[in-house]
Order: sequence, then structure tokens, then C-alpha cells
Amino acid sequence: MDFTPTPSQTVGPYLHLGLTDTRSISRIAGDGAKGERLWLTFRVLDGEGAPVPDAMIEVWQADCEGNYAHQDSYEAGSAFGGFGRSATAQDGSCTFETIKPGCVPGPGETVQAPHINVSILGRGILKRLSTRVYFAGEPANATDPVLALVPEDRRATLLARPDRQLDLRCASSWRERDGIFRCVITGNLPCRAEHERTLD
Amino acid sequence: MIVPILKFNMSSSMIQSRSNNPKKSVAPFRRHEPGTQPDYYYPAYRATRLRAPSQPLIYLPNTLSEVTGPVFGHSSVHPNDRDLTLQHAGEPLGERVIVRGRVVDGDGHPVSNSLIEIWQANAAGRYAHARDDHRAPLDPNFTGTGRTLTDDDGFYSFVTIKPGAYPWRNHDNAWRPAHIHFSLFGPAFVTRLITQMYFPGDPLFAYDPILQSIPDERSRQRLVSKFDLETTKPEWALGYRFDIVLRGRESTPFE
Repeated sequence: MDFTPTPSQTVGPYLHLGLTDTRSISRIAGDGAKGERLWLTFRVLDGEGAPVPDAMIEVWQADCEGNYAHQDSYEAGSAFGGFGRSATAQDGSCTFETIKPGCVPGPGETVQAPHINVSILGRGILKRLSTRVYFAGEPANATDPVLALVPEDRRATLLARPDRQLDLRCASSWRERDGIFRCVITGNLPCRAEHERTLD
Repeated sequence: MIVPILKFNMSSSMIQSRSNNPKKSVAPFRRHEPGTQPDYYYPAYRATRLRAPSQPLIYLPNTLSEVTGPVFGHSSVHPNDRDLTLQHAGEPLGERVIVRGRVVDGDGHPVSNSLIEIWQANAAGRYAHARDDHRAPLDPNFTGTGRTLTDDDGFYSFVTIKPGAYPWRNHDNAWRPAHIHFSLFGPAFVTRLITQMYFPGDPLFAYDPILQSIPDERSRQRLVSKFDLETTKPEWALGYRFDIVLRGRESTPFE
């Protein structure tokens, strides 16, 4: 038998029905999760800069000590699971409450800087788009083996920056605490004119 | 500002296991064969024109971040979640069907205890979704969402209603073939798969740019379920078989 992987298809405009109406996870770190608490806001824009109101972001991250809650290390009901997903709002944004991840081992003897793994799904996206969020001002960024693969002039686009003015209307039910970082990243799916065929 | 899109692929020579720490060794996942997955940019599907990456993709090594993934336990699924005909007071209208299949990895090994989520239109081709304005009736007895975990051998099954085709304005007189959306996680962040299952013999296949975005005809056929007499229950419901293959690993790391 042929075990070629099943092809991907778009999540479509009604993804909310199956994935986020009742199964959204915007609070990745619950009460008692160790680490530096932050809110991470994404904004998804299309190639003309218009907000994408029907996308979904999924994130996967390590805890503050750099451990993933995977298989053997998974504990049901723990304050930190590491996985989140949320649909974008009319302005293309969605926000997660989480903690800053620790450093994670990289290939060989390298160490990866704190980062959050990101999937972008939506109408018009035929297969999952993958990217990462790093944190501006993090010294470990300089030696991160994955960030090093990104052309230098584009690295800044992967950095989340503290933004104390950020409008967190969608998070109004969340409590204010000392030491909360508000980070924003703008994800821009680029325009057709610049399109180059992918290497897949 | 254009966010680089990283590809979850890199030649295995980039991956070195940490011989002094076996727990940190990482077996990378295999790359897709050309033509077996859709391209991002497929202009016949209009919405890809402004949403496909324009910059060259960057290959991403499989590190711990890529080869780990979220775990969903039995507590995340209710037994009735896999029967979409039991979620309301009455029975939904339409043709009752059983969809059953097996989830395996690229080596044919079962993917067990793994979350599958589905959603779909009702028999009239209408989603129970605020943004669906197709002039077809909603069914008060059908929401169209289900979830289940695969069993120890990778098998799953859903009981549902065969969804209707519906118009979608992508081009003149555009209709989507009947389909059920499938979402799977598998064992790692890179095995995440969202796809659509179709029904055999649908006359709309040739006109559907979403299905046709997959270049290879054999790969397109992988999304078409097969009528299955073994799954069919006498006097009750037709059965369809839909097997799913998630990405497999390149090789076992030496430790």
C-alpha cells in the first residue's frame, strides 16, 4: 500500500463551527503556571494590507523552563499545556494569554532562543503556513540556529515587541497584573505580484 | 512587513542527535513528494491570490519544537461527539452515513489516541454558521460538528448526515462538491493536517479549484472516500471509508 501523506485542503470560511466556537484556547497559561506572564497579539493582514477576519492561529510553545508538554511529560489538568488556538476577529487580530517560554535545545549543541511556534490557517490558505515568534531584545536571539536561517533583513519581522498601548478589547475579561508584557506581531501574507512558486 | 514563512523541512544532515543526551535526539519528519500537496498560490481559487506567501520559503530544521505536539486526552472528547445525529432533541434530515477509516503515518503504522475534529454543511448544503447566507434551510437538529480520538489501531468512525453541495461565489456558477472538513493533530506539531473528505462520483470535482489545487491526480483521489459495504449497516446507513496518512519520520535517530 502507498503511504503518501493525505493532501491538505483549506480550513475554509466556517472553521469556527468545528474548531473555535467551543474549542478555542486563548489562555495557554492558567493560574499557577510558572513564568513571566504575557499577552501575545497577532494581526493577520493580506497582501494588500487588509485585515484577514477569517483566519485561525494555532500556537505551540515550551514552558518557562524550555520543556514541551508532550507525550511522556503531559499532565492532564496542569496549568500549562503549551497549545493555543484562536480565530481572528474583524480586525484580523487574536490574543493569547501565556508565559514566556524558556530556551529549547536545538540541533547539535545549539540552544534555541525563547520562541513560539505558529500555524496560520484560513480561507485561501490551502495548507498550513508555519512561522515562529521570537522576542525583541532577547540576547539568545543572536545565536538561535533557526533565526540564523532567516535573511538578516527579514529577521525583525519575527520579533514580538512589548506594546503597552495595545488595545486589548478582546481580552477585557482578563485581569491586569504587574509585569504583563503586551506583545504584538503583524503577520503579513504578501501580495501576488511578488509571488514566487514554493519549493514544496 | 512580511513575516517569513518557515517550512517544516530540512535535509537530515542538518539534524544531529545529541549523543550525550538521548532524550534530546530528534527524528525529523519526511518531506512531501512534489505534486502531492496543493501549492499555496492557485489563482483559480481566488482567495489564494492575496493570501499565498510571496517570499521564498525558508526550510526549518526539525527541532524539539517541531517534533513535539499537543496531547488531547479522553477528557477532551464526549462519547456523543462522534455521532452528529444525536446532538439535538430530534433526528436531522438527510441521508444518514457512517464515515470510518484508519489514520496511519508514512510507514503505515497506526496513529493511535489522536484527536480528529470534523465540521460540515447540513443535507441542504447550509452551515450552521452566522456567515453562511446560502438560501437553503437550516436544520434545528443538526449542528454539523464532531470529534473523536482514534483507537489503539488508529481507527475512527463518525455517524453523520451526507452534506449537500453549496454555491460559493469563487467564479461564475461555482459550487463546492459535498465534503466534510477534517482536522487532525497526529504526534507532532509538523503532523498537523487540515483537509476535506469528498464522496465518490461527485460531478463537481472537475469544476472545484480547491480539490484541483492538488497537482497530482492520484493525490486528489486520496481525498475521495470509498463506498464500503462492510461499514454499511443494514436497514440503517450507508458506510464510507476514508483512510488518512500523516507524515512519517525519516528514520530513527541513533542514540
